[in-house]
Amino acid sequence: MKVTLFATCIVDMFQGNVGKATVELLERLGCEVEFPESQVCCGQPSYNSGYVKESKEAMKRMIETFRDAEYVVSPSGSCAFMFHEYPHIFAGDPVWEPKAKALAAKTYELTQFIVEVLKVEDVGARFEGNVTYHTSCHMTRLLGVKEPPMILLKNVKGLKFTELPGKEQCCGFGGTFSVKMSQISEQMVDEKVHHVEETGAQYLVGADAACLMNIGGRMERLGKPVKVLHIAEILNSR
Amino acid sequence: MSMKIGTEQFKERVDSGIHDDFMRGAVAGAQDGMSLKRKAVTTDEMSNWEDWRNHGEEIRQHVLEYLDYYLEQLSENVAKRGGHVFFAQTKEEANEYIRSVVQKKNAKKIVKSKSMVTEEISLNAMLQEEGCEVVETDLGEYILQLDDHDPPSHIVVPALHKNKEQIREVFEKKLAYTKTSKPEELAYQARVTLREKFLEADLGITGCNFAVAETGSFSLVTNEGNADLVTALPKTQITVMGMERIVPTFEEMEILVSLLTRNAVGQKLTSYITVLTGPREELDVDGPEEFHLVIVDNGRSTILGGEFQSVLQCIRCGACINVCPVYRHIGGHSYGSIYPGPIGAVLTPLLGGYDEYKELPYASTLCGACTEVCPVKIPLHNLLHKHREVIVEKEGKAPVSEKLLMKAFGLGAASPTLYKIGSKIAPAALNPFTSGDKISKGPGPLKAWTDIRDFPAPNKERFRDWFKHREKGDKRP
Ligand code: SF4
Repeated sequence: MKVTLFATCIVDMFQGNVGKATVELLERLGCEVEFPESQVCCGQPSYNSGYVKESKEAMKRMIETFRDAEYVVSPSGSCAFMFHEYPHIFAGDPVWEPKAKALAAKTYELTQFIVEVLKVEDVGARFEGNVTYHTSCHMTRLLGVKEPPMILLKNVKGLKFTELPGKEQCCGFGGTFSVKMSQISEQMVDEKVHHVEETGAQYLVGADAACLMNIGGRMERLGKPVKVLHIAEILNSR
Repeated sequence: MSMKIGTEQFKERVDSGIHDDFMRGAVAGAQDGMSLKRKAVTTDEMSNWEDWRNHGEEIRQHVLEYLDYYLEQLSENVAKRGGHVFFAQTKEEANEYIRSVVQKKNAKKIVKSKSMVTEEISLNAMLQEEGCEVVETDLGEYILQLDDHDPPSHIVVPALHKNKEQIREVFEKKLAYTKTSKPEELAYQARVTLREKFLEADLGITGCNFAVAETGSFSLVTNEGNADLVTALPKTQITVMGMERIVPTFEEMEILVSLLTRNAVGQKLTSYITVLTGPREELDVDGPEEFHLVIVDNGRSTILGGEFQSVLQCIRCGACINVCPVYRHIGGHSYGSIYPGPIGAVLTPLLGGYDEYKELPYASTLCGACTEVCPVKIPLHNLLHKHREVIVEKEGKAPVSEKLLMKAFGLGAASPTLYKIGSKIAPAALNPFTSGDKISKGPGPLKAWTDIRDFPAPNKERFRDWFKHREKGDKRP
């Protein structure tokens, strides 16, 4: 099966390991992975700040980039959700709405793709350690992907899972919210860090690079020993 | 009190909210407790809760679609029963009408049941100007009123930010109360004082949860039964309602009341649902001799038919506030409006204007927790986003530095060449700020981030370069 990777700009620039793990994992599951060079950013940061006109060019670029893809897979629930927003953003546009719809229909978040399309629930991974999981808001509430990461983690050998208290609460990232309303963001991420500590887990795992950058960055600043990993990295370890 | 509370700027309000440890403990505890209770009687108990929400949404959308028809039907039916109807376009008109009734009746003592719309139009201030004694009879509102008009911090639980010890202090100061801070004892004191007020009152004022167009009836949902007394004892009653609070028939009212009580307080039903139809009739043993209905527009018809129309579906259950992570940390007063939380952040700028309230739509991570619980399916986080779009593109009220940044971002994101150059030089550009694999003191827009958290240093080799150069099957370095 041919998979076109939508890596996201955060992974491209800051979290290469997540991209690499995603590629290796998909290949191990029998997919042929391609990465179109012309992909840029999905436009979410500026779009969410209200700059809709400014963001549309980036969106059109992404629609064109992935036009011929069979499946578009992204290791970020929030960015995958953004592709699902495109049809609403281009609603009423005779040229771009149909194209946006076609893109949304074939775009999946990584764990969703593995469970729902590849129909794999056990990727054959092994990972020793006590792990807790942050359910990102955009991925669970807006994209509606709740179960797949849980199913996949449950089947990782050696992994001890501890549920995160208050897991449905936002980590305080929110794109430009994290800098525009940094004072509030700090309180939110602090409560999240507190909950992570409560679990006693050695690893905090998530499926959204941006949330992980937020919680991880705060834990690092506070000198917390918990390591932050993307779910692709867990699923790719053996 | 009007819709606006306090005089401080948003940042200052947030700052005092965040540093109010007691309030934050109370809010977090209340949010956790209420969310659990809500879950128990919604999604846990009713496997078809989603159908209920769909139904609630349909009812509200239908009413808004045919609002003029239902308003007319309601007015006719109220008039048929001998009630007086006044349609107030502005809050001034509403107050003037009520003032004229007060003067005509020579009313001096007024009891009120809980009503957000009367706060929105600053009714109490006008009544006091008229020399009336106005007593709020909802326990929460009563406590706030006694405490020198402390503003409400929640639309359902207005005194959420106070604990029992603080309430005891207020009672001690204002009512010469000498007992303990046990809730039963406090409630008993309030009951004794309020009973007196009910008996003396010559005018009762209520809000309205839902008006039934077909019969000209009004429902009031309470746990204390105070609305029962406000509508049963005084000779004259005035009911004030936002113009959108209508249902076609009792059937729809029943559905919405169910959605309201389950979602607001986690109860299948509240202790009292008071339904009143017109003034007292011949064989009635109680009820007002004279009944006035004041229907308040105050900006609502401008919202109607526009891109924010769905906010008028709101049934004021407060569930969106109870799950909001931002409200959790800053509390209700930080919003600077009697309508806090997600519903407040959407509604307040519409009623009060962007000049005063332009920060509110940004006080959200767009996490969608509000949208997920709203019983009438208002897409709250989308409306917050819509506000941002209007502020940036129609009102041009965004800061210039932000506009430039977003323009640059838009250009960079839309152009693969620019993006590639930008992402390629990022490690070198950020090198002076980088130590090891992180940035702890970032420049420009990064500063607000690194004031709180570390930022990862850009990878020396971008993912795209790795992908290009690797041969399939290679182990990663
Ligand atoms: S917006 Fe929805 S959840 Fe919030 S108060 Fe109104 S009805 Fe309740």
